[in-house]
Parts: sequence; structure tokens; C-alpha cells
Amino acid sequence: MTKTLNELTITEAARMLRAGECTVRELYDSCVHAAKEKNVVLNAYLELFAPDEVAIAEAQARIEKEGDAAPLLCGIPLAMKDNILIEGHIASAASKILSNYRATYDATITTKLKEAGALFIGRTNMDEFAMGSSTENSAFGPVRNPIDPTRVPGGSSGGSAAASAGHLCLGSFGTDTGGSIRQPAAHCGLVGLKPTYGAISRRGLIALGSSLDQAGPLAKSVRDAKVLFDAVRGHDPLDATTITDTTYPRKETLKSFRIGVPYHLLEKGLDPDVKDNFERTLKELEAEGHTLVEVSLPTSPYALAAYYVVQPAEASTNLARFDGIRYGTSKEGKDLLAGYLASRTEGFGPETKRRILLGTFVLSSGYIDAYYRKANAARQLLREEYDRAFEKVDVIASPTTPSPAFKFGEKSDPVSMYLEDIFTVSADLTGMPALSVPMGNVERDGISLPTGIHFTAPLGADDLLFTIGARVTKETL
Amino acid sequence: MVSVEDVRKLAALARIEFTDAELEKFAEQFEGILAYVSQLEDLKVSAKGEVVSPVRNVFREDGEPREKGTYTKKIVEQFPKKEGNALKVPQIISYD
Repeated sequence: MTKTLNELTITEAARMLRAGECTVRELYDSCVHAAKEKNVVLNAYLELFAPDEVAIAEAQARIEKEGDAAPLLCGIPLAMKDNILIEGHIASAASKILSNYRATYDATITTKLKEAGALFIGRTNMDEFAMGSSTENSAFGPVRNPIDPTRVPGGSSGGSAAASAGHLCLGSFGTDTGGSIRQPAAHCGLVGLKPTYGAISRRGLIALGSSLDQAGPLAKSVRDAKVLFDAVRGHDPLDATTITDTTYPRKETLKSFRIGVPYHLLEKGLDPDVKDNFERTLKELEAEGHTLVEVSLPTSPYALAAYYVVQPAEASTNLARFDGIRYGTSKEGKDLLAGYLASRTEGFGPETKRRILLGTFVLSSGYIDAYYRKANAARQLLREEYDRAFEKVDVIASPTTPSPAFKFGEKSDPVSMYLEDIFTVSADLTGMPALSVPMGNVERDGISLPTGIHFTAPLGADDLLFTIGARVTKETL
Repeated sequence: MVSVEDVRKLAALARIEFTDAELEKFAEQFEGILAYVSQLEDLKVSAKGEVVSPVRNVFREDGEPREKGTYTKKIVEQFPKKEGNALKVPQIISYD
């Protein structure tokens, strides 16, 4: 069966463009056609942009002129999460409070992608301000999972995941604060990378938790994820938290990996067939010559609790800037305070309000020691434990999520939703890079749903993740 | 225990208004979330404290100003209320 153009991976499309087997225009139109047809159901895109004819023509000319020397992303149609700024386009973070906000500049990653000749099809739906694990918190309606539209695509980058998995683009960018790239990647059968904190500039991302946030790719293959990551990584003078090649010790590329497995975290709360997929994948890796090593991460069970202190604290601080005065939704009141109250009360949705209140609480004077400072200490402890584990292993493996994609409304209680991120938050708290890769399907209600295996690597060792990820997907990089 | 009054106070600090029904619902959900988060009490930590990261946020030295007006038009377009190129804000000082 031949793939239609929109179903190609980035790598396949780049080859066809260079061979003259398709044009940039045809590739773009194929994605837009699929997007127009499927978005009615999926709601992956909040907006499909008018085609940038100049950029399309320039990309085509560049490929014809430069051939293999042209960047791989030249002429490739991508989707961007609605919290990544593209100058002149609305960036609302799926919130009513920014529904009319038009970006006044490009995010650094947008600039880099434009320089590589990539094209943007549209901006994708998400949980409001990236708070959530299902996209049910979008102010503009939930996203549906392309594999089973009765189920969520995961979140918060659910729109970017659905757009890539449903072939409404060739690849997409999301952001990850507690699992928001890797969890939707697992639920939609994609590869999702949360890079080392600082590997990609945060300039021009709408901030959620500034010590946690990282942008990253959602892709149809490990190779594509690497292409997208390589195009945007690197130090940025406009983001002081970005790293250079020398910030962390270099790790050599490996032929065989020592894979750490924290078996003590897998004893309960995991669907049996997800656990089976995980164990089967590990056995296959072992058979290929990699070694499995048991590791102990005793602070891990506290990671999610620490996360739900640190993240709301940072979110409530970051979201204090939305006051209706300078941009965004603005409601008038009888005085300044009444205007703030009206703009924020109307502009924010329920989960955003919940986290702002929670953050305000954990930072208030009577509680800051018991919650915020304790959570930061837990975070430090967690990083030390991971550092110790990485003395004897190269990567640490777990399932990405305890279960496959769930149905809408299934996790209406906030804590049950937060538990979706149980395996993913540690990488955000420690800043370490982590990758989710498809590890086989499980069946629910007669439908075959994807599951993901999750690898964490030491700080700065993002490239190790592609190598081990490609062993799972049987790709050559 | 988080009372409805506690949540009302937090809401006032966060500049958000809630109806009484919403306050009750939030107070109830807060209980659940705090019960989960309070596991942290059981965790023994040494007094070492803060995360020391090789990367931290710093402000650069002032300098290299952009050409005046580069972003003015785009930013002014975002103003909810304006007079010319000036942002119009509600009266801040009251005289009553």
C-alpha cells in the first residue's frame, strides 16, 4: 500500500522532495487537505493558517538549488502548539484570556525552523496553559484521539499529537512541563522527546512552570524526532537557562546499553498488558545484547507530590501577568481591581484557576516551608538519586503511562488526572532528557491502542535516547 | 483542613472571583489534592535545601538597544484601550 504524501515521515518526504517525486506545494496541500477533512472530528488545530506562498516557493527553490545540502526540514509542513509564538499569528495557549493575542515576535524555535525552511500549517489545540493530561481543559473544546475518537489523545500537547498521528502534518512541536509531550506521544503511537532542561530555548514560549518547561518534538519516527530536535537545539543569548555543549559532561555513543529498570515502581497501578509490553520490549533489548540492571529510586514515589507543589507555585506566579491591561481579554470594572478580577475570572478556565489557587496556597507565608521548600528539597534528592543510578546505567526505562488512552470524562477527579504523569514528572523535576517510543499495542473495547516505553538519560545526553529509541523501533539513524 | 473561607482568601490574593458554589467545590477538591501532596511530610530530607543548577536565570547587562519603534506598532495593536501610541489604563488613584 502506497502512502499518501501527508502520511510520509519527514525523512521520507525530504528524500522525495529532493528526487523531484513531489513538490513542496503538493506536500503542503496534502496535509491541509487531510487537516480540513479530519479536523472537524479531531479538533487538533485551533487554526489552519493561510498558506505562506512566499515561504513555499522559497523552500521549493532552495531544494532545487541546494539539493542534499538544503536542511532536511526545508519544505516540510509542521504544526505548532498554541503556546509557541509565531509572529503575526494568534497564540492563545488555548485560553480565553489570550484568545485575541497576536504574537509580536517569533519564538527562538520558530525562527530556527523558519531558517531551516520549515512551513507551519497551523496552531494546535492543548490544555489551557498546558495544564492537563487529556486536552479536556482547552477553552476551545477537547481534542480527539485519531486512533479512537472516543478517547483522549493525552495532553497537554494533545493537538500536536493528534495532528502528527492523524497525518494532518508531518511532525509537530509541543511543550512538556510534567509529561505533556511524552504522555500524548504514548497515547497516539508517536515518538515524543522532552529534551534536557535548557537544550532548547524557551524564549517565545508562553510560560507555565519556568524551571520545568521544555519544548520538544512529536514525530512519527525516532529519526524524525532527532531531525526536529537538532534543528532547534542550542544556546540562545535570549534565554539565560539554555545550555551549551560543555555545560554537562559528554557521553559517548554506545553500541550496547546498560538499561536501568526501577522494578520497585512497577509493582502496582500498572495495567497488566502494559506491563507485559514493557517486559517483552526489555527482553528483546536484552536479546540484542543490552544489559538490564535493577535500579532503586526511593524518592520517586514522592515525585508527583513534589511536582504538584512546584508547578502550581510557578504557574500562579507566571499567570499573575495576565491582568487585561496590556493585551488579551480585557473586562472593565469600576476601578483597577474590579477590572483585574473581571478579566481573570472570565479569562481563566477551572483547572487554571485551581492551580493558581493551589500555587497561591503553597507559597503563602504559613505554608511555604511545609510545601514549597520541602518539594524543592525532594527535587534535589531525586536528582541525586538519578545521578547515583547513572553511575551504573546509561538510561533508565519505565512505561510512559500506566494505561493506554482513556475515555473522555473518565478522570474527572483532579488527582486521578494528575496520576497520568506518575512516570514522566521526574524528568521535568530533575531536568533530565526523556523519550517516549511506541512499544506495542493493547486492546480496549475491541480497539488496538498504542503504549509507550520511556527512557531517561543523564543531563545533556539527549542523543543516547535516540540511539536506544531506534533499537526499539528497529530504525537505523 | 481547607475551609471555604481559606479558599475565598486565596482567591482574593490571586485576583479571581468565585461564586459560593464554586468556592465549596474548590475547597473539596483542595482537600483531595492536599491529601495527596501531604505525602511529602513523610519524606526525610537533609537540610541541604535548594536545587543548585548549572543554569539559572539572570538578567543581562543593559545595552545594545534596538532601534526605537521596532516593535511599537505591533505592541500598540495589542492594547485593549489606547490613545494614539499610549496605553490607556483605568484611574489608579481615587479621591473619595
